[in-house]
Parts: sequence; structure tokens; C-alpha cells
Amino acid sequence: MINFGSGNTVIKSKLISRRMFVLTAAKTIVFCGIFGRLVSLQINEATKYKTLSDKNRFREWKLAPQRGLIRDYFDKEIASNEKVYQLHITPENSPNLETLFFRLKTILNLSEKRIFYLKRKIAKQKPWEPIIVSDNLTWSEFSRINLFLHELPGVEPIVSVARQYPDQSAAHLVGYVSQVSQKDLQKKQYLKDMSVGIAVGKTGLENKLDKDIIGKVGFQRYEVNAFGKRIKQIQVDPGESGKNYRTTIDLEVQKYTSKVLEDKAASVCVMDIYNGDIITLASSPSYDPNSFVHGIDKKYWNELISNEKKPLNNKAIAGLYPPGSTIKIIVALSAMENGVWNPKKYVNCNGVTELYGEKFHCWKKKGHGPMNMRSAIQRSCDVYFYEVARILGVDRLSETAKKFGLGKKVLDGFIEEREGVVPSTAWKRKFIGKNWYLGETLHSGIGQGYFQSTPLQLCLMTAQIANGGFEIKPRVLVNEKKNNLREYIKYKNENPNEPLPIDMLVSNFDLNPLFRNQENINFIKDAMFAATNEAGGTSFRSRYNDQKFMFAGKTGSSQVKRFTALQRELEIKQKDIEYKDRDHALFVAFAPYSDPKYAISVVVEHGGTGSGSAAPIAKKIIKKVLERDKLRQNVENLIGEEI
Amino acid sequence: MFQPRSIQSSMTLRDKIFSMDYILLLSILLLGVVSMFAMYSTDGGKFEYHTKSHILRFGIFFLMFLVVSLFQIRFWYQTSTLLYLGFFILLLGVKYFGLTSSGSQRWLNFYFMNLQPSELMKIGLILFLAKYYHRISTQDVNRIKFLFLPIVALVAPVLLVVAQPDLGTSILIALGGVTVSWLAGVRVKFFAYASILFISLTPIAIAFLKPYQKSRILTFLNPDRDPLGAGYQIIQSKIAIGSGGLFGKGFLNGSQSYLDYLPEKHTDFIFTLFSEEFGFVGSLFILILYSIIILRLINIGDVTRSSFGKLYCYSFATAFFIYVAVNMGMVLGLLPIVGAPLPIMSYGGSSMMAIMLGLGIAMSCKIYKDTPVN
Repeated sequence: MINFGSGNTVIKSKLISRRMFVLTAAKTIVFCGIFGRLVSLQINEATKYKTLSDKNRFREWKLAPQRGLIRDYFDKEIASNEKVYQLHITPENSPNLETLFFRLKTILNLSEKRIFYLKRKIAKQKPWEPIIVSDNLTWSEFSRINLFLHELPGVEPIVSVARQYPDQSAAHLVGYVSQVSQKDLQKKQYLKDMSVGIAVGKTGLENKLDKDIIGKVGFQRYEVNAFGKRIKQIQVDPGESGKNYRTTIDLEVQKYTSKVLEDKAASVCVMDIYNGDIITLASSPSYDPNSFVHGIDKKYWNELISNEKKPLNNKAIAGLYPPGSTIKIIVALSAMENGVWNPKKYVNCNGVTELYGEKFHCWKKKGHGPMNMRSAIQRSCDVYFYEVARILGVDRLSETAKKFGLGKKVLDGFIEEREGVVPSTAWKRKFIGKNWYLGETLHSGIGQGYFQSTPLQLCLMTAQIANGGFEIKPRVLVNEKKNNLREYIKYKNENPNEPLPIDMLVSNFDLNPLFRNQENINFIKDAMFAATNEAGGTSFRSRYNDQKFMFAGKTGSSQVKRFTALQRELEIKQKDIEYKDRDHALFVAFAPYSDPKYAISVVVEHGGTGSGSAAPIAKKIIKKVLERDKLRQNVENLIGEEI
Repeated sequence: MFQPRSIQSSMTLRDKIFSMDYILLLSILLLGVVSMFAMYSTDGGKFEYHTKSHILRFGIFFLMFLVVSLFQIRFWYQTSTLLYLGFFILLLGVKYFGLTSSGSQRWLNFYFMNLQPSELMKIGLILFLAKYYHRISTQDVNRIKFLFLPIVALVAPVLLVVAQPDLGTSILIALGGVTVSWLAGVRVKFFAYASILFISLTPIAIAFLKPYQKSRILTFLNPDRDPLGAGYQIIQSKIAIGSGGLFGKGFLNGSQSYLDYLPEKHTDFIFTLFSEEFGFVGSLFILILYSIIILRLINIGDVTRSSFGKLYCYSFATAFFIYVAVNMGMVLGLLPIVGAPLPIMSYGGSSMMAIMLGLGIAMSCKIYKDTPVN
């Protein structure tokens, strides 16, 4: 039995051991492989897997930030926030979306189309991301939802805040917010981290300031298990509400202006001539910006876009009108500055002048008789300015017009603002591809033809004449920039007897004069005074006799449709023509004449004549602005002290 | 070393206990303790069902291990054929009376436990083949007529297990049998023929695979194929292990398992849980513990004088190694998910029972290392 040491067993043992050696070697290799894998996963790639593990573990729910407020100069809210009742659904918490929507339909009056849209949206996003079913429920809807809440799993009634505009008068300037669109997401980088339901600025200031006013998105971070159930809250970042902004607008004047304009298709700009503060920027008719916040009603939208007065258009910065006779102050200034015309020179106006066989009519058929520069501005004689323009030439006119703010954007960051046109020979060659004709110079001399300008540009032009010919930078937002021009005026008023030479003024106060000889500016101001306050002036009927409100202005009317010879013969009045063919009425002015502070421009679309419809509006608004001037200066001083 | 046989057979209980391999014994105990902590963690840090049940099983089967080791090795030699046949009958029983769970018929319902005979067959086949090759001479090993019985003994249970279907266990059973044959000296060319045959039969076999098995293999080849479906387990397991880092997230702090991202964390993925909580250091500790057990088993094979003992110990050590390697390879994303438990660590009575039986017989080899088996 004992076969120890027997040959067979020894051979067998040796064979087994030999073969075992191979297996042991293989085992070593495999364990080394496992060891290597552990090193690679747990040491080399630990960071990557830790991130992935956290990604599993944590889920974030975004909290929409509160939009910053926009206030007027006196801290009244122009764009505020109000409490709204919303209804959200978290799809993963609802066992059956079909029945849920069916129930909601009966409670809330949801349309089939809306439900279809919501379902499609749910299919696209993660199941734990809430979807907004309705972002503005009425109180009764909201309370009904709360009543049935126990039967509606997945539904969350939420009290949130949304944009609200207390007043419509500044709708164009402030703009409105609305649901973020695909295009917004592509264009605006800062929206990338925002939650889906956020409202973004679409026009006006809301659009310009969107990046900073929108705020910083917050989040709640939860630990969730594999089934998406929230286990515990890890972190909350409430986000930051957006920056608040104070504008230069006086809401009181803005409202008043809006009331004065009623339903006219018109716009008004009022500007502080020293610091460029825009007091009012009104466009009429207005619309309800609140209607955009929660998605505009189709009926209202159709109403807005079919209205021929174009309520959505911000006419003050996006409306383009030929400046008409208001350009005459620039034509006159340019001619004097360039030394090509002596203002004392007389031209006899007999109602028409001829150039190369073409007839150029004065608005006054009978003619004005002999006119010099001052009376030509006062009475707005066309024939006189045909002659001035002919001598001056369009290129010199164009240069002066541009210097005073025409033909370029006045404000920054308003997508709707337009540049307008200041024609020149080069401009025509470039954009129309033809050579300039002298006849076109004559048309340009009375602000017709290719000339196109916005009411804001006209206001700026007037302001820069009224302040003595210095450049200003118009603004709608209050900032803490030092105001050189005002310091200069203060100095001048305090030391009336020691006039400093211009170049010293420029170097001491860092001003940018737009003139060669300030006398020319003063001449224009005086002529504008005559136009309003001396008998025969175009806006004489709208004058104030009270020194306090006395203003100086220039009327204008720009042709929409050319007057035919027949109409001229019949002496057809503007009010007898069809509305859409009537001339636009313009008026620019500054006030008070004795110590100018504000400039104003009024444009009434198809208003007929500047003197008839634009000047009376300006008259009312000027009074309102000047009445509130003291209040405004007080606020400014107060703020000046704080800084 | 060379003690007379009469002294050997009259060993007292004291002598037997003294001649046990204590390093092996302690390693097994240590692994048992570690597994209890891991199980406690899978229960979410509470002393609940899995933990209690695992501790109970470990206790019972550890006792069984001790009892088994005290039986003479000759007893195990003599009963090995019987054990094999018994396990085979149980496997047949599964086919007719087995319990079905998640699409697979693997268990027999006994009063005290649900037994998975395929686990026991892992040991049964090794025992049977070790005895077979012990009895035939080295010259006969490679003769065709002596190859016949081992092939039948291997293929029959494997086919039964594949049919359950349980691909993982059947592979592990087959690998155990192949190991014994290799150690006994079956020529390389026969393994080559078998491999060729196996490979040529694979396409046919694939046609018989269940869809979930096919998907598992495809998933292994590309885990990102369907990250929320079949690839989910591999991806989550890798995330859990990798996120453990060097020192782990701390006991009971494994977010992947705690938040239920980890599938099958009690059974096949217990190593993942441990790795997540104890990091690289913990993983290495487990790997070393298993290496010690395997090395001690090989050592017993070295010191055992009988061919049966050597064949058994070496084969069992190799099989044990394969179980560990397949499970770790699987959770580390190196192998497809085939459903192979980690010895002792994983929750599961039959697996624990089979491993303890196997370890007990190996320990018996140690105690009776100088005793001839026939």
C-alpha cells in the first residue's frame, strides 16, 4: 500500500509541480493586472471619477434671479417687479402626465395647442427639470390649483416675481422683457447658465442693460439617489438680483408728454443742454409693455402691428424724417462759419427761384420780399436758403450737420436706434452710385431730399447750439461723470466781466467747441428767438410772454408727398390732404431764452405744419419742464453732496 | 517529516488542531470580518437583514469548515465520487424542481436555505477529477480512452448549468475541471483541440444565448453603448471604484452605493462598495488577503504527499484564484459581467458553503499531509 518513493508517484508529483509553476506564474501576472487597474482607476483617474460620482450624486435646480429695477431721476420706478403666481410641473414626480394634463385642462382652461407644446418640451428636457405650465395665473386660478393640489402629483404652485411696468408712457425707451428665444440664447452668451423660463430684455433699455440687469442665477443643490429622489439639500445659492439703474428721465414730464401727444403719431425729446441728460424721450402712440412679459395675446399683437401709427416703433430714435426747415439753422451756421455768406446780405423772395430751368418754390406762394439771414430764419424763407445752400455747397453743409450730431447714432446700445442720412456728394456716389446735382443741394438747403434724421438727433443739434456750441454726450442713465460744461457755465455766470478767450476755456474746462466763431452761434440763437417771439415769426403764436418760460425755436415741415403744381395753384391747405400724404410737422427749441437750460424737439407725423401742430405741443412741454427744473437741480445738488 | 503511518492515523484532536495552517485560518477569519463590515455598509449602516444573515452564514459555514478539515483526507478521497454524483443529482433536481428567479432556474428549496447546487459542483468536479487522475498512471493520462470520462464528467454538469441559464457559474465550473486536467498532465495539444472546437462552436452557442447575455458581452466590449441599460453596471462600478481614490470616502460614506447607483452591491459588486469606501488602500488590502489565502493553499499542495492532495489543493487554489480574478476583473471593467461572486465577501449561502467546503478539504490535506489516501 505504501507507494511513497515509488517511481510513478515521484514522476507524477514532479509533473504536477511543474505544471503548477506555470499556473502560479499566470496568477501572478493576472493579479498584477488587477493591481495595475486599481492604480489606474483609483489613483490616476480618481479625479475624473470623483467628478462623475458627484455628477451622479448632486442635482441642481436653478433659481431665476430677480431683475434689477429701472427708476427715473427722482427714484420713481419705471420698470418694477411684482408678485406673480406660477404653475410648474416636475415630470418625474408625476406618475401619469396624460391624466395630469387632462385634469389641468379642466381646472385651468389650457388650450390643446399649449398642451402639445408642453409635452414636446417635456420630452426634450431632463425629467427632473421643472417646466412652466403657466407663468401668470390669476388669484382664482391659483387658489383652485391649491384646492386640487393633492390630486395633482408633480404640480407645484409657485409664487414668483416678474417684470411689471407701472406706466406706459416710457414703454419705448424702457422696452420690454419677454420669454427667452432660441435666437437670444445664441446671441447672448450670458444667458447660457440661466434657467429656461427666464425673461430677457428685447428692446430699449431692457435690452441694452440686459446683461447686468438680469442678475446672477442661483441654485439649490440636492443629493439625489439613483431614482432621482432628493435625499438632502447640500447647498443653496440664492443668486443675485440684477443691478438697479437710475435714468435721467423725469417720469412726471414723460407722462405729461404722453398725455399731450394723445393718439398722435408723434415723438418728443427733451434734453439738458449742458450735460446731455435726456429728460423725456416719448413716442406716441404707446403700447402696453406688460402684455409681452407673459407672452403676448395674438389679438393685441395683430392690433399693434396693423395700426398705421406704428405704436411699437420708437419714433424718437428710430423714426427717420427729413429735418425740413429746422435744418436752416445749420445751413445758416455753416455758411457763416465757412465765411461764404454775410448774414446781412439781402435776397429778394418772390415765391420762386429757378435753376437750370427747374423751379424751386418758397412755401409762401406770394414770396417774402427782401430777406436777410435773420428774417429768413424767423420767417423760414425757402428762397433765401436755396441761395445760401447754392453758395455753400452740400459738402460743407454736410460737415457742419454731422458735427452737430446728425447722421450718426446718439445713444449707445439701443438696437432700434437709426443713424439717418446727411447727404453729401461722396455719400451719393457711394450709396446711390450717381453724381450729385446742384438742384439737390437746393433741396438739402431746406432739409428735404436725401436728408433723414431722428427727433433725438434734432434735439441734440438744438441743444448744442443752445449751450453756446459745445459738444455734449446725451445719456439716459445717470452716471457720476464730471460735467465740464456746467462748470464752465457756472464760471461764466460768476465772472461775467472777465470773458476768457475760447482757447483758454477749452483748455481749462476740457470742452469741445463745435464752432469757429461763437458769434455765429449767438446769431443763430437770436434768429431763433425772433422766429418765436417777434411778429411774423413762424412760431410766434406759440410764444410765452413770461420771461421765465420764453423760448426760441425753429419750425419745420417735411414733405411726404411732393406738392403738385395744381395743388400749389389751388392753394390747398395741409389739413385738406389725406392723412398719410400730409407733411410731417417738426419743431425744435430751447428754453428759457435768457438762460438756456433745455432743448426740445417735437415731430408730429403727418401733422401738417410745424407752427400749427408741433410748436403748440412744445410750448406745453417746455412749461412743464421748466416748472420742474428747480426740483431737478435740487436732486442733482443733493446727489452731488453725497458723492 | 517521515513519520510512521501508525502515529499519523492515531492523531489526537489536539494534534490535529496544532497541525492546522493558522495563517490560512486567520486570513479566512479576517476576510469574514471584513465582509461583515462591507455587508453592514450595504444595509445603509444598520444592522439589518443582509448583515445578520451574512454573519450567521459565515459562522455556520466556518464551523463546517473546521469540521470538514478534521475528517481524514482519505475520507474525502473515498467519498469524492459520491459527492460528485450527489451534486450532479441535485443539479438534475434543479432542472425539474428548481426555483426560478429573474429568469434563471438555479435554486433548490430546502427548509433552511435555498441551495444553488451549481456552486457546490465547482468543488465536486475538482474532487472527482483529482481522484480520477490520482488513480490512473502518468502514462495513461493522455490516452484517448482515459480522456473520455473526464470530458463527460466536465461537460455534463456544465451543460446543465448553462441551461439554467447561468453562464458565469458554468464557466467557473469548467475552468476548475480544466485546471485539474492540466495539472494531471494532459497534453497541451488536447487543450488546443478543445479550444479550437470551443471557438468553432461559439457562433452556434451565441445563437443559443439569451438576449441579456448577448447584450452583456456587447456591453463589455463598449460600456457606453447603452449607458442607462446594460452598460450601466460597469460604468457605475468604475465610477464608484475610481471615486474612492487613495483612501476612500470613508466607512458608510460610499455615495454610489448609499444612493443606489451601484447594482447588486450585496453580491457581485461587494468589492466595488468596499473599494469606494476604503479606496486604493482598502482594495490592496483585500487583494493581499486573497493572495495570502491562495499562496497558503498552494503551500499545502506543496507539502501534501499524495497526488490526490496535490491535485486537489493546486486545483482548488487555482479555482479560488479564478473566482477572485473573474469577480474583480468584472467589477473593474476588465471582463464582461458574468455573475461571479467574490469568495467569502459576497452575500450568498451556496457560494459560501462551497468555498468553506473546499477550504475545509484543503485544510484536511494539511492536517493529514503525510497520510496516503489509499
